[in-house]
Amino acid sequence: MDARKNRDEKPTEAPLLVRRARADDIERVIALDARITGLAKADYWRDVFERYGQRRLEERFFLVAESEQLGAAVLGFVVGEIRAWEFGSAPCGWVFALSVDPDARLQHIGERLFEAISEEFHRAGIGNLRTMVARDNPLHMSFFRSEGMMAGPYIQLEKSIGTPVTGKPGP
Amino acid sequence: MKLQIASRLAIYALLDLAAHPDTQVSVAEISEKYGISTHHLAKVMHTLGRANLVRAVRGAGGGYRFSGNAKRTTLLEIVQLFESFAREEDEQSGPGSDTETDRALRQVLDEIDDIARATLGSITIATMLNLVDAHRIGEKAEIGATASHA
Repeated sequence: MDARKNRDEKPTEAPLLVRRARADDIERVIALDARITGLAKADYWRDVFERYGQRRLEERFFLVAESEQLGAAVLGFVVGEIRAWEFGSAPCGWVFALSVDPDARLQHIGERLFEAISEEFHRAGIGNLRTMVARDNPLHMSFFRSEGMMAGPYIQLEKSIGTPVTGKPGP
Repeated sequence: MKLQIASRLAIYALLDLAAHPDTQVSVAEISEKYGISTHHLAKVMHTLGRANLVRAVRGAGGGYRFSGNAKRTTLLEIVQLFESFAREEDEQSGPGSDTETDRALRQVLDEIDDIARATLGSITIATMLNLVDAHRIGEKAEIGATASHA
């Protein structure tokens, strides 16, 4: 009996293509993010695409997963970049967004996206991957843990400096 | 961070059982592997049974089987069967407990507890099994490297 059966058994997976994001994917990315977070951020995602999907592509990766079976619909995306010397850190791959269509979960799409961006970073000469997860979001935290991520050498700190002058919440 | 012995025994036992979900393992086998008392482990297994994480198999060659969901059950759920993360009552009402100094100290200790809770709550049995595998592979590689240098 394979000892890994109880943890790694994969359900039937839809054929999936992970590729670089294109301009015509962004509306779907905006809609997917708005559905998951409950907050539409169209300008933010267009800006992210302009910066991470079109410039310095050797160190910036905006990838989408699409299903050929579902009419090439974008089912998830991941965005990351190589950052160097922030807080004294040697070059490192940062993943700062990863989302999967809630209707397409449990099909290992998040895992495929994570593996794809890991390969991109690895090909770019990077040996460490980093992300940040909300402490009260066990779904995201468990996902990254299941991909082998552990606590890194930094601790994120923050301080309230009062209500923003504009009265708007911070970014 | 220190776990009570019962929590550690429960995690050891569950990892051994979940690694071979179709095999029954006796309390004696687990006790021997970790060098722990069968009496203590039997009590732990009883608690795990009540939580539906293990199932007792009766008869000759009986023992326990894993009956939980390895991809869903977290270390926090296991640990909370045996201990609490809540502050002890004497800490809440003992000397100095109603001072600004204690409230400041409590803020720091709560931060540590929150991180511990988030960590244990995000690591499933399946993730732990992969981590155990990684250590096993690491040990083998280390032994191989030592042998090649011998």
